[in-house]
Amino acid sequence: MSRFLKTLLIAGLLASPAAAGKLNLGRAALPAEVAAWNIDVRPDGQGLPAGSGSVIDGEELFTDQCAACHGDFGEAVGRWPALAGGHDTLAEERPVKTIGSYWPYLSTAYDYIFRAMPYGDAQSLTPDEVYQLVAYILYLNDAVDEDFILNKENFTSIALPNTGSFRLDDRDNTEYPAFSRGVCMTDCKPSVQITGRAIKDTASNTESE
Amino acid sequence: MSDKTSRRNFIKAGMAASAGLAGTGARAEGDPLITNVQPWAQELGDGVNHMPYGAPSPYESDTIRRTVPWLTADSVSAINFTPIHQLDGIITPNSVCFERHHGGVARYDPADHRLMINGLVEQELIFTMQDLMRFPRENHVYFMECSANSGMEWRGPQMDGVQYTHGMIHNVMYTGIPLRLLLEEAGVKTAGTWLLAEGADSSGLTRSIPMEKALDDCLVAFKMNGEALRPENGYPLRLVVPGWEGVTWIKWLRRLEIGDRPWHQREETSKYTDLMADGTSRRFTWEMDAKSVITSPSPQMPITHGPGQTVITGLAWSGHGTIPQVDITLDGGVNWHKARIDGLSLDKSLHRFYYDFVWDGKPLLLQSRAHDSTGYIQPTKDALRKLRGLSSTYHNNGIQTWAVNAEGITDNVEIS
Ligand code: HEC
Repeated sequence: MSRFLKTLLIAGLLASPAAAGKLNLGRAALPAEVAAWNIDVRPDGQGLPAGSGSVIDGEELFTDQCAACHGDFGEAVGRWPALAGGHDTLAEERPVKTIGSYWPYLSTAYDYIFRAMPYGDAQSLTPDEVYQLVAYILYLNDAVDEDFILNKENFTSIALPNTGSFRLDDRDNTEYPAFSRGVCMTDCKPSVQITGRAIKDTASNTESE
Repeated sequence: MSDKTSRRNFIKAGMAASAGLAGTGARAEGDPLITNVQPWAQELGDGVNHMPYGAPSPYESDTIRRTVPWLTADSVSAINFTPIHQLDGIITPNSVCFERHHGGVARYDPADHRLMINGLVEQELIFTMQDLMRFPRENHVYFMECSANSGMEWRGPQMDGVQYTHGMIHNVMYTGIPLRLLLEEAGVKTAGTWLLAEGADSSGLTRSIPMEKALDDCLVAFKMNGEALRPENGYPLRLVVPGWEGVTWIKWLRRLEIGDRPWHQREETSKYTDLMADGTSRRFTWEMDAKSVITSPSPQMPITHGPGQTVITGLAWSGHGTIPQVDITLDGGVNWHKARIDGLSLDKSLHRFYYDFVWDGKPLLLQSRAHDSTGYIQPTKDALRKLRGLSSTYHNNGIQTWAVNAEGITDNVEIS
């Protein structure tokens, strides 16, 4: 449990939200309004709309609407993000984090692509189109074959390889005790050497030595 | 300080001052800025309404947010930095609060803004800004730090200026509604243990927040430093999540969904997770640990006055509480001195510290070290690297070193 939660429990601050009186402000949300904005998708599939899409159709759509920035094979153009590759690089010096190599859940790809892509034309894709694009990105990451069809029903059966590598924040065990041990104030080390220096290149008002 | 040394320093300082006077062209007859009547002392100035919304003096035109174009693919999903080297006190002026957007700045009429509460509640609700103005309000000063602040420094000293190494931070007084009151209005069901906050901008930014935090100290804010939020800071409505990484402070807040588990959105999986050396990752690293930095001298603020009386100043903060102590070293950590914390010491707010001393003109290796109210002490960058490796991007709260040379020129360095 995080230190934050512990403090709250000790302080007894977990007040019941039903305790205070209502102020009778705002109005009831209509079902159509909630449906229009409630676009999030969870790893357990909650929020996935009905629909399906094939790798084949996804390839065409991706080439049309996504490849200009993300590359034909999700390898990235210039400094735009890569969507494929990077497998087994996470412990290397320059890890490459993609949907295939890093993301824990496929639902995040569905959610994010509908929510925010294509960049500058967010929330413009239909559910079938998003299924197509997610299927194609899975294919680019060698997770499915080229005849694969993704749909609401088989969606949660797809596990991404890095799912098990995430854990909760453990700083309160691994760091806070070690960094709470008091300090030395005088004669703390015998000598000091400069081991690295930033290059004077970012916008700066000082000259180089 | 003995009488003798203080007298010696006084004489030295006097010599430096007269040298300075000679430099600015003082003649035997005196400083012409004093002996001649200046135009601004003679002619009338601008009338009261010359500038209905004020602006800084043109002589302060250097105190601006700056960006580093090569950090991101384009300027719409990018970052700029607060000019912390030029600011003093603890409050960040609204015009220079750093910006980070994922889909550009959404600009729209607040009359068109809606806040929805949906999910595991007794009654799903819609609020207009007018409705929200009828809720009880609170005022709080909080720092807001992007967890990628200092992230460029993981592999060694990189950025040439404290604005770039530590400028993804601001400290503002928010006026807002306790989030708890809004949730009470909808009536959270007992199964409702998580909240999803969502923005109305083109990135539709989302983060999952546990109910304990939502009910504790979060605010739904509409004012910063007394005036409306700036568009780049989420006008007309943003979430304030005290002490937690900046990306959770959803701007253009349009929706709060209540659920029974986290959503694992893009900004809490692909981004804002901390990759360790062994290839595993920490997720939901919410709290910003204690950190401090000397803002002057720093690479953008060299010592230009030569030896003599000098002010070292900087900022310290912790997402876990207040800052009771900041230590300063002039010699790279051999000896440490307690800095003077001045002004307000508020929970989860920036603290301002000073160390006043007489510089002998010899090179300095400056560091500051924050202690927070939980007893946590800001670690060195190497101590963090030992535990986390070099690829964790976020949450670099390690001690910063500045090397000042005999001319006062200051560099971003690391030391043994
Ligand atoms: C104009 C360039 C552009 C186009 C076209 C575009 N994207 Fe993106 N994409 C981006 C940028 C920029 C980001 C990162 C945004 C950020 O970090 O805030 C991104 C991020 C993503 C991500 C998340 C990557 C990660 O690792 O976190 C996915 C997935 C994605 N895009 C999919 C798509 C798909 C699918 C399409 C086509 C429908 C598409 N994009 C079209 C620019 C583009």
